[in-house]
Amino acid sequence: MSAIEVDDLSVRYGAATALDGVSLRVAAGEMVALVGANGAGKSTLLNALSGVVRSARGSIKIEGRFAHVPEGRQLFPELTVDDNLRLGAYRTRERDTAWVYRLLPELERTAKQPAGSLSGGQQQMVAIARGLMSQPDVLAVDEMSLGLAPLVVGKLSQILKQLNAERGLAVLLVEQSARVAFSLCTRAYVLASGRIVGSGASETLAGSSLVESAYLGRAS
Amino acid sequence: MNAFLSYVLHGIAVGCGFALLASGIIIIYRVTRVMNLAQGTFGVMAAFTASSLLGAGLQHGVSEILAVSLAALLGVVTGVVAIGKRGTTPQAALIATLGLGILGYAVEILVWGDQPRSFAGLGGSFELFELELPKQYALVAAVTVFVFVLLEVFFERTYAGKVLTACASNPYAARLVGISIVRMGLAAFALAGALGGVAGVLLTPLSPMSYDSDVLLFINGFASAILAGLKRPVLALGGGILLGVAEALVAGYAKASYQSAFALGLTLLILVVQGARRTLVRSFED
Repeated sequence: MSAIEVDDLSVRYGAATALDGVSLRVAAGEMVALVGANGAGKSTLLNALSGVVRSARGSIKIEGRFAHVPEGRQLFPELTVDDNLRLGAYRTRERDTAWVYRLLPELERTAKQPAGSLSGGQQQMVAIARGLMSQPDVLAVDEMSLGLAPLVVGKLSQILKQLNAERGLAVLLVEQSARVAFSLCTRAYVLASGRIVGSGASETLAGSSLVESAYLGRAS
Repeated sequence: MNAFLSYVLHGIAVGCGFALLASGIIIIYRVTRVMNLAQGTFGVMAAFTASSLLGAGLQHGVSEILAVSLAALLGVVTGVVAIGKRGTTPQAALIATLGLGILGYAVEILVWGDQPRSFAGLGGSFELFELELPKQYALVAAVTVFVFVLLEVFFERTYAGKVLTACASNPYAARLVGISIVRMGLAAFALAGALGGVAGVLLTPLSPMSYDSDVLLFINGFASAILAGLKRPVLALGGGILLGVAEALVAGYAKASYQSAFALGLTLLILVVQGARRTLVRSFED
């Protein structure tokens, strides 16, 4: 069973084509990476999954609840961490934050602080926690590692792995850092100029020249 | 000294009304980025409605509440026209609110005529600092403080208040967690309508309203909102009172007709100073 099924998806911004016939699958409980250079269309794909941008063509099917942790954290900076988390449960109305604090104990002591006052790593943790508050079956995380120290990225990766193992959470990890993506996900797609130019097991992709070509704009 | 004090106290009472209008302007602006030019119309409509209901024999209190409810409804209608269509830019919405304000003139003249209207507020007077003051001043101040306490509780303590703050803080993130920005924008318009209505029914006993009083109400509300930095609705209380007192002093020691020019001049000055500071910050960031 697929958690996400995207078929032949195209998205346009005016005359510019951001996504061109993209097809992608994430099985229930699977961790899949989507890698590609800046501007390849990765964030657009997630925004299409969230319904923030409209597709020009194609179909999107999502099984169960979907949560999107956007690029750049996108917290509500003047609201407290606790408020940010409770807003994550806007759809489900299950606003008890205790279970998320149990999962991410580091956040509990920052609960009453404005989210904007936290460090980058803590903010990313809040962003993921806010996504989790909607009790998703599938979590899409956009550029989790961007601007964060390797130690923090390691910690966040561990949290995602734990959620995947313990709760069967499917993860679609959108990353510019192919190294982070391949180490965390078993399967990956490579996006270049709005098109999927390769897919397969992370191990295989990591060893191929395809990813490098995609990042350097040589993929076709 | 007595004259000075009486100007200040009059300024505080009128400033409370400005503050209520300003808080409405700020709430709409924060949630939707739209500058609502019809904010004064909510006040005039509520004032006229209250005067008609009181004239028809309805009790004080009931009339004012019904008038404020109508203003809230007008807020929603304004919101639907201004931001109801997906993708409407704040600039286009601003023009829509201007159009609705002008339409408001036509409706007001058609229903109530073009003569100023008023109604008696709280009768009698009280003594403060050896000054005889109308009780309506005390009512205006008490209701305003009560409304601002309610606003503070709403935005700081309730989930609905946090949802509105979230829309103002980061509309993209708000959409991602499932909040409908348009629906929350309409809620902001309704709240602002009610706040404008409260200002209208409180100020009318102090000075009669005419169909075009909305311009004056908007200018003063806008100036107070700018004084408050267009940030937290609660700060508008300070902005409104500051402006009310300053205008009362201008009217007392110079000329009453200078009041609006003063409000506009002050607004312009603050905008220029803020604009210059922002440019400076940007040039450092670049």
